[in-house]
Amino acid sequence: MTVTDIGSDSAALMIRAQDVQGRSLWVDAWQRLLKNRAAVVSMIVLGTIAVLAILAPWLSQYSYDFQDYAVTSCAPNWWNEPGICNAGGTHWFGTDSLGRDLFVRVLFGARVSLAVGLVATLVSLMIGVLYGATAGYLGGRVDGVMMRLVDVLYSLPFIFFVIILMVVFHRNFYLLFVAIGAVEWLTMARIVRGQTLSIKQKEFIEAARAAGVGSLGIIRRHVIPNVLGPVIVYVTLTIPAVILAESFLSFLGLGIADPLTSWGVLIADGTAQMENCPWLLIFPCAFMTATLFCFNFIGDGLRDALDPKDR
Amino acid sequence: MSGKILEISNLDVHFTTPDCDVHAVKDLHLEVREAECLGVVGESGSGKSQAFLAAIGLLSGNGRASGSVKYRGQEILGQSQRALNRFRGSKITMIFQDPLTSLTPHMTIGAQLVETLCVHLRLPRDEAAKRALEVLELVRIPEGRRRMSQFPHELSGGMRQRVMIAMGVVCGPDLLIADEPTTALDVTVQAEILEIMRDLKDELKTSIVLVSHDMGVIAGMADRVAVMRGGEIVETGPVDEIYYAPKHGYTRMLLEAVPRLDLGDQSAQSKVKELPPDAQPILKVDDLRVHFPVAEGWRTKDLRAVDGVSFYLREGEALGIVGESGCGKSSLARALLKLLPKTDGAVLWLGRDLGRLDGEELRKLRRDFQIVFQDPLASLDPRMTVGESIAEPLRSLKPHLSREEIRRCVRDMMDQVGLEPAWINRYPHEFSGGQNQRVGVARAMIVEPKLVICDEAVSALDASIQRQMVDLIRELQSEFDMSLIFISHDLSVVRQIAHRVMVLYLGRIVELADRDVIYGDPRHPYTKALLSAVPIPDPKLERAKKRVRLTGELPSPLDSRAPLVFLKSKAIDDPEAVQYRPKLIEVAPGHLVAEHDAVT
Amino acid sequence: MVSYALRRVLGAAPTLLIIITLAFFMMRLAPGGPFDSQRHLPAEIERNVAAAYNLDKPIYEQYAIYLDRLMHGDLGPSYKSKDFTVGQLIAEGLPVSAKLGLAAIAIALLLGIALGVTAALHQNMAADHGIMSVAMFGITIPNFVTAPLLTLLFGVYGLKLFGTDVSLPVAGWNGGQLRNMILPVMVLALPQIAIIARLVRGSMVEVLHSNYVRTARAKGLSSYRIVTRHALRAALLPLVSYLGPAIAQLATGSLIVEQIFQLPGIGRYFVLAALNRDYTLVLGVVIFYAAFIIFLNLLADILYAVLDPRVSYRT
Repeated sequence: MTVTDIGSDSAALMIRAQDVQGRSLWVDAWQRLLKNRAAVVSMIVLGTIAVLAILAPWLSQYSYDFQDYAVTSCAPNWWNEPGICNAGGTHWFGTDSLGRDLFVRVLFGARVSLAVGLVATLVSLMIGVLYGATAGYLGGRVDGVMMRLVDVLYSLPFIFFVIILMVVFHRNFYLLFVAIGAVEWLTMARIVRGQTLSIKQKEFIEAARAAGVGSLGIIRRHVIPNVLGPVIVYVTLTIPAVILAESFLSFLGLGIADPLTSWGVLIADGTAQMENCPWLLIFPCAFMTATLFCFNFIGDGLRDALDPKDR
Repeated sequence: MSGKILEISNLDVHFTTPDCDVHAVKDLHLEVREAECLGVVGESGSGKSQAFLAAIGLLSGNGRASGSVKYRGQEILGQSQRALNRFRGSKITMIFQDPLTSLTPHMTIGAQLVETLCVHLRLPRDEAAKRALEVLELVRIPEGRRRMSQFPHELSGGMRQRVMIAMGVVCGPDLLIADEPTTALDVTVQAEILEIMRDLKDELKTSIVLVSHDMGVIAGMADRVAVMRGGEIVETGPVDEIYYAPKHGYTRMLLEAVPRLDLGDQSAQSKVKELPPDAQPILKVDDLRVHFPVAEGWRTKDLRAVDGVSFYLREGEALGIVGESGCGKSSLARALLKLLPKTDGAVLWLGRDLGRLDGEELRKLRRDFQIVFQDPLASLDPRMTVGESIAEPLRSLKPHLSREEIRRCVRDMMDQVGLEPAWINRYPHEFSGGQNQRVGVARAMIVEPKLVICDEAVSALDASIQRQMVDLIRELQSEFDMSLIFISHDLSVVRQIAHRVMVLYLGRIVELADRDVIYGDPRHPYTKALLSAVPIPDPKLERAKKRVRLTGELPSPLDSRAPLVFLKSKAIDDPEAVQYRPKLIEVAPGHLVAEHDAVT
Repeated sequence: MVSYALRRVLGAAPTLLIIITLAFFMMRLAPGGPFDSQRHLPAEIERNVAAAYNLDKPIYEQYAIYLDRLMHGDLGPSYKSKDFTVGQLIAEGLPVSAKLGLAAIAIALLLGIALGVTAALHQNMAADHGIMSVAMFGITIPNFVTAPLLTLLFGVYGLKLFGTDVSLPVAGWNGGQLRNMILPVMVLALPQIAIIARLVRGSMVEVLHSNYVRTARAKGLSSYRIVTRHALRAALLPLVSYLGPAIAQLATGSLIVEQIFQLPGIGRYFVLAALNRDYTLVLGVVIFYAAFIIFLNLLADILYAVLDPRVSYRT
């Protein structure tokens, strides 16, 4: 028998006797997250970008597909450099080769990227949780076969399959959501399965069974609340991965089609003209990397907050 | 007994954690003399291990130590790792609690032993290997040459700890610090390890610091004893003085809390309530078997965790089930409650075969039997308040109760198990281990069951809290008039609570009798070995004790010859063969003993 | 051990078959034939062409023919580049992609492990925070952003070091000259360095806190010896399992890199084939990569078993 250090009674006694309202693990985690400066700043920045994206149509006098041939590939209105044409007006970010306002296009790109991020993550969440929970809860041979399959798929260059899908189905906008989501579910399934399996073996599940709680009750009252933490963390880390995947496809010309746009498309356009019009590359890159950073910082912060191992 | 090897003065150890600063060791003064064994005893969180880790510079990254530690007059605290390494591992060595995780998994035993010699004594490789082999012999590891090429996971727990000791003494140290060296081991293995350490001390004249929570272990080994609590030493003195004339109240409390195998009913309060002579059996178990399929190569074999166990339990009776790790006691408990599927046999509860009940009938019957688990924290859902946890059986088994009634029941129950009812909304992580185990007991008792199974329910707790829990369980048992199955590896705890005791070995009963018969007149060689291995917190008794030894290693439970370890005369020498099954023989009324060869 | 390896190999075969089947039928489900974009041909010629590509046969027969040819190493003809077989195109692109990939993974392993171990040894100190912040950049910024930015920095604006122009070529293979490889390899390796550094740091921190490292310290071994003999091997085990996914990511990354730097590798063929709907070429490349990655995973599994004596060869 190992003697585990279970703390001394005096530690608990130090908590004042009249303090009867306990702090749940969720409250603890939330307070820890609020202490994480990077995560808090990220939440604010991300919130701002999201609000800007939602309000995009009303923020500028230009629409995202309005082409003004007088100002093609012109620099932002504050960019005063001799020899470079200035877009003037309220073209804060300049214009592209068709004379469209980059500011509005970047925000519309944000709309697409964030929407893809959320929807595809939801798809992956649903598949992953269902698959992982089933494997973990059933266990045994079923679990073995199901997870072997995930192992196999995991190591494949799955983006290739998305490309095949996009080729076969002609760059269908909605399919894009589903296809990316269908690729990203693997890790989710692994996480959920691992958690379910480890929680299933915990003594408090046995205790609940001994207390006469049925299978459904156990899943609802014990398994789900305990799996939730890691799932939330992973969701925040999946969103940037999905945004990346969409931009990747768009960059290769296999994603979203003109005149709609996404950050990947804008960066691809910017890359093509980066020698003469660096702003076309810099602004979309800045927005996209900022967003990715925010999600990653929030994800890391959540992980530390929910699983406080002193790392 | 003159020179001082290690002198610790004004030692303070602090740990910084994200939530607070912990002052683990406070102004410690201690000395270790030449060729003595210093026992350091204390409960969990007393800072006993951290003090010595700090002394030789092994604190984890968030710990800081200040004060002075002198090795043979030379200051070593705060020295660089390079300076420490001149004597650490050669002159001062340390062995740890868990021998499996304390050995590097991907290096062979030989490589790990030889390494120390090469680094410290600069021996050439072949000479180091020769010396290593000698040391393995010294710690009584048979077939040393073969062991040298094995990996840690291929050895048993006892063997691994011997390897750790060998590594500790291979360079001929002045001082060996042993931090709970036997805590993770079974009693019989513990007795062997302690014997080896005692002999080493005599042969090599090495000083030993033995850090332990177990008063019994210290009693047999130590020359002097230091008692620690909350980071401070409360009392130091020669071993006999500490045990026979303790000055400090805490030492007295510790000694009183420890259950003693040699004294049955040491105080009035530890008397178990007599059973009425007409008590009827309420639980009958007939040839129960639990097998687990285990993959071995291309085939699967059955691991017989419970291998044909039959017994009965009377109303109001407390049955103790005793055995070492791997004897199937936990599987038995879970199979009784149908938390594990049985392979064969029957469990009759008030005459009804549990195996024939459907899911709903069984669920309703769960009101009658409840279980308390070993790990108090793991058996409570961390995301539920303790109130919700305690209420759970009520909500599912007595659904007609209103929210208010449930709340009142929970509060009453909390009061009864010694928890403040105002804590109903607290979470398990805000409680200590002992308090959480009270929650576990409350959850089991709240439906007023007829049978409670305690599966190692007090094993993870400190002696003083263990004592309180045993008292609590016994009180509640007589108050609610229920039957009890008390499972433990600790024979002395079982003695305090059980009417009858059953000894399990590899899934089979080897002896079953009334408590006083088992402890007073054990018949089976395994029971005898087990009883004589339990350390007694009495230095004179412990030093004089003659031990009944078991020969050889614990056989693999997959080996068909395993049940015949004590009946070798009937064994067929083939691990696959169908073997004779030892029978239980009633040597006296109510005293069952498994067949065994006469002990020579 | 041998039987363990054998069983792993046997397990990999059906995996590959499933992938081939999946990819094959997905391609065949695609609307329209391979020649849609061309002007209308007379019906007879179309039939002849279809017969030449076996498109007139029922789909399961096409599948059987494809499998049969695959067994002989024949990936069939390319639909679009008429005079080449898929095998020839892959063989042409492979040296370029392989050189880039190998260089990138070698650099990533070397730097990643070194940085990860350094960070772990200085846990929660400045070096650790510094390395991990940079790694965060590496993981977050996608390669289609780093590639143009690096090009802008080193190629377009050029960099003057000690008065000499060290600007690098922004595109082209040029027979695989070192100068041409530097930027693409950098772009490919950066995220992998970051991922590997994080991975190694995590496992190394765990190992350094383990009981057996404490034992090694109690034995009075030097830090160098503790790290190299006791800690490193266990800490690198997770890396072995990451090798398969790492190669998969490099392959994905090479799509971008070869596109941006206009390198004649497999990735570029793949993107072009996808845009031109050259089904056989797309199919061929996917199968090629899948086989390669399955092989690597196999290797990683076996390597893992060799490195960790505790792995039972049963499962």
